Amino acid sequence: MKIVACIKQVPDSAAKVVVENGRVFWGDAPLVINPWDEFAVEAALQLKEKHGGTLTVISVGGENEKEAIKHALAMGADDAILIADPALSGLDTQSIAQVLASAIQKIGGVDVAFFGRQAIDSDSGLTPAQTARLLNWPALTLAAVISVEADTIKVDRAIEEGRQVVSAKMPAVVSLVKDYGEPRYPSFMGIRKAARAEVPVWSLANLGISAPTSVIAWPEITNPPSRNVVCEIITGSSPEEIAATLADKILAEKVL
Amino acid sequence: MDFSLTEEHLMTERMVQNFTQKEILPVIKEYDRKQEPIPFALQRLGELGILGICIPVRYGGQGMDFISLGLACEGLEAADTSLRVAMSVHVGLCALTLLQWGSEEQKQKYLVPLASGQKLGCGVFTEPGMGSDVASMSTSAKRDGDFYILNGEKMWISLASKADYAMVTVRTNPGAARPSNRLSTFIVDLNMPGITRGDIHGKLGVRAGSTGWINFQDARVPVENRIGEEGEGFKITMSAFDHGRYTVASGAAGIVRAALEASVRYAKERTSFGKPIAEHQLIQEKIARMSQDYEIARLLYLRAGWLKNQGVRNTLETSFAKKFATEASFRAADDAIQIHGAYGYSDEYDVERYLRNARGAIIYEGSSEIQTLIQAGYALGERQEKPLRCEMPAYDPDYWQS
Ligand SMILES: Cc1cc2nc3c(=O)[nH]c(=O)nc-3n(C[C@H](O)[C@H](O)[C@H](O)COP(=O)(O)OP(=O)(O)OC[C@H]3O[C@@H](n4cnc5c(N)ncnc54)[C@H](O)[C@@H]3O)c2cc1C
Repeated sequence: MKIVACIKQVPDSAAKVVVENGRVFWGDAPLVINPWDEFAVEAALQLKEKHGGTLTVISVGGENEKEAIKHALAMGADDAILIADPALSGLDTQSIAQVLASAIQKIGGVDVAFFGRQAIDSDSGLTPAQTARLLNWPALTLAAVISVEADTIKVDRAIEEGRQVVSAKMPAVVSLVKDYGEPRYPSFMGIRKAARAEVPVWSLANLGISAPTSVIAWPEITNPPSRNVVCEIITGSSPEEIAATLADKILAEKVL
Repeated sequence: MDFSLTEEHLMTERMVQNFTQKEILPVIKEYDRKQEPIPFALQRLGELGILGICIPVRYGGQGMDFISLGLACEGLEAADTSLRVAMSVHVGLCALTLLQWGSEEQKQKYLVPLASGQKLGCGVFTEPGMGSDVASMSTSAKRDGDFYILNGEKMWISLASKADYAMVTVRTNPGAARPSNRLSTFIVDLNMPGITRGDIHGKLGVRAGSTGWINFQDARVPVENRIGEEGEGFKITMSAFDHGRYTVASGAAGIVRAALEASVRYAKERTSFGKPIAEHQLIQEKIARMSQDYEIARLLYLRAGWLKNQGVRNTLETSFAKKFATEASFRAADDAIQIHGAYGYSDEYDVERYLRNARGAIIYEGSSEIQTLIQAGYALGERQEKPLRCEMPAYDPDYWQS
């Protein structure tokens, strides 16, 4: 099988993200692989281990933004492509989907493209569906269990109301949720391979497309209004007593 | 001079941190309180390759360098000392000593399963009546044909009840003129007849770790399990300590870092006299000292690791790193408790565990007093490195990774 995982690099979830003069800053917090995309890489690796084949990870980002890619390589991806082009900064998800779809087409013969359900920085969750639309592939979203038989991919979707089993002919786009199961850590062999890997950088010219234009503008971004949080530690001689005090407080504050 | 870590080092650090954050930190308080090892911890360290991190791939390990070993120990001990202790005895005292002094057959038979995490190793030197004065140990081994018969008691042995294999030093040549020529070292399968073992309870710290005793009663150890020559046991034990102390030093730097991070977090949240306590200069003084100590501890162990990579003997440099970092870790944990006030005195927070855990390392793997004697010995010119029959080879990526 030829498998692709699309991954994004985002500020670490522990980073303190602040907006100043309409721009977003996260201090010197490291950039990491989008946590949801780790599940995509894990699912891709398990599929590859079960059915054979190769896993290529694709990321759209700045020329030096290789953390996420290196992480995926260290987890066990075979190779990686970074798509970087000055014309790609600040694009909306539809434009990113155009770039990813072109890359998947350029790779050619791809059976499945995995995504995380959303990116923790912009939280739109649209890219998997939009990429599928552009490729004219089925989109199986929120996957928790995945199986492949012949040319059919079957997915258990984890939805709020329960599980929904869906299937489609490949090639297909699949987006992952946490219920899939913990992503593996990089192995030491993977770390060495990743550290040495030369990641090819594709430009828009390499993809043979012109710069996509965003259809969604981004006129304003603000931090949430700061809240004054007062922390009170409830003590007591037994868990029951602590729980009772807590329950009283919750009722008194009309939280419930 | 290049102070930068490689991408491999940084990824190793991150991998260890991910592991401890996801799997160890959520449960450590519970097991430390119960005084029980985290049941899956050693198995996970094995599965992830951490127990064989710096052993050549050809001997079942992961082929990383000695800086990676130090970084892993720092990360593990920042979560809990019990994990780093496993590294000290399994990797430091046992596997690396086998790599340095073992024969090819011994490496194939014992190092491969150790480095691949299938078997656990420990280092067995201390006795009820002897710790610092290694040459005076009394557990004996008498030659009987193709065997040595071991008799005696060892105590304060980390992983005594958990390990499969042990690097054991005993007295074989009581008549030798120099006390240091009286000892020999063996790799011993602890599941053999004549060996009983158990745990010691009631320890101040490392409560999620396992420390115990091992008794030898007419245990028949084959001659081919002797490491090196008869009478070389003292030298081999000192090599084992060079490796073990490096892991203790780098681990202790992890406690300093954890104490610093906890203190910074708490000092920014807690207020007194109308401002966060982080704005009081007396609190800042403690935080500044912790951050400086962390820097010093880290630089000292990284230099020792660099020397190990070069294949240069580093007894003195490792001694500097071990003594400084272990003492600094106790001080940092103590200051962190002070910064946390009464909460620091409770096991709701981690800092009291750091203090209890830090204390032991000022005693084991050569107490601070013994480190001082080593350092004075070098400074006064009374101690010099004599070449060893088996020197630890320099880290060669091509050899290690194939
Ligand atoms: C948690 C823990 C884990 C351990 N794990 C292991 C292990 O895995 N394997 C193992 O073999 N051992 C282990 N030990 C034992 C440890 O290595 C010894 O405790 C240590 O070597 C000190 O020996 P001792 O306790 O017998 O103290 P002693 O040697 O009796 O020393 C008592 C005191 O006198 C001081 N002293 C001794 N000689 C001198 C001198 N010449 N000048 C000045 N002061 C001196 C010492 O520094 C110490 O303060 C462990 C100990 C602990 C606490």
